[in-house]
Amino acid sequence: MPDGHGAIAHHPALAHQFDDLGQQKEAATLGMWAFLITEILFFGGMFLLYSVYRSMYPAAFAAASHEMIVWAGTLNTCVLITSSLTMALAVHAAQTDNRRLLVLFLVATMALGTVFLGVKAFEYYTEFSEHHLPGPGFHFGEEAYAKQAQIFFSLYFMMTGLHALHMIIGLGVMTVMLWMSLRGRITPEYYTPIEVSGLYWHFVDIVWIFLFPLLYLIGRHLHG
Amino acid sequence: MAEHIIPKRTYYIIFATLMVCTYLTWQVAYFDLGPLNTIAALGIAVFKAVLVVLFFMHVRYSTRLTWAVVAGGLFWLMILLALTFSDYLTRGWLRTA
Repeated sequence: MPDGHGAIAHHPALAHQFDDLGQQKEAATLGMWAFLITEILFFGGMFLLYSVYRSMYPAAFAAASHEMIVWAGTLNTCVLITSSLTMALAVHAAQTDNRRLLVLFLVATMALGTVFLGVKAFEYYTEFSEHHLPGPGFHFGEEAYAKQAQIFFSLYFMMTGLHALHMIIGLGVMTVMLWMSLRGRITPEYYTPIEVSGLYWHFVDIVWIFLFPLLYLIGRHLHG
Repeated sequence: MAEHIIPKRTYYIIFATLMVCTYLTWQVAYFDLGPLNTIAALGIAVFKAVLVVLFFMHVRYSTRLTWAVVAGGLFWLMILLALTFSDYLTRGWLRTA
């Protein structure tokens, strides 16, 4: 059957429903953004819930936020921003056909993601030890705020837990990207998988950019 | 569609700006600015998010269709927030009896 392309060989990664790789990349990027918008609204609902409860109980939220380990949150913010940089540089390496750097930056991104989860695990361990996990064993120093502080910690564990789940999925995606890169499946003509996974990784970074000030820093000035 | 390769320098500048903003948001939280604390924290966070979206996520260099989809998504988030807050944040305003 004549396909109108004559003798021009198809790129192996080009799916038959697309005219060319550029159109295919555009479609993939758009599809990823459509998914990310559902994610924005998913996390948006939780930020909404947080805002409503915080407006109801500002003093309790400030007191509970004061129990957060600020240095760990700040460190994790820096770790995630750095991982976004290495992810962006991985895309650059793919575009400029530098496979060694591509692999290096993917590994660096995964390593930083793992550091983030390690710090988060340390924080969870500390909070469990201090009985800040909502439930029958919950304990909060300032008795007057105990019930309302439990709402803060419920939101904290739900939001950071879902964020951490996204990080774990991101690490899985990056493992596939690393495998594809090592197999030589990523070229300057076709690096769409790296680009699209990067969009996901940066999105997860943006969620943390909002979680950090809202969970760790509110009412910080109240107690010094 | 022509490929646009963003120079590494741009990525480094954005990274440095994000780090400075993180330092600012952390430091400003220790000063009592009243309601301005929340505004400053959210303002810096929105600025950082915009930088990530425009440069790291390449939206600045993307097609108009991508722009429209991203803007549409944020518009829907604004509807979610604005309509809910118009209820919850205004409940005390008409306390007459």
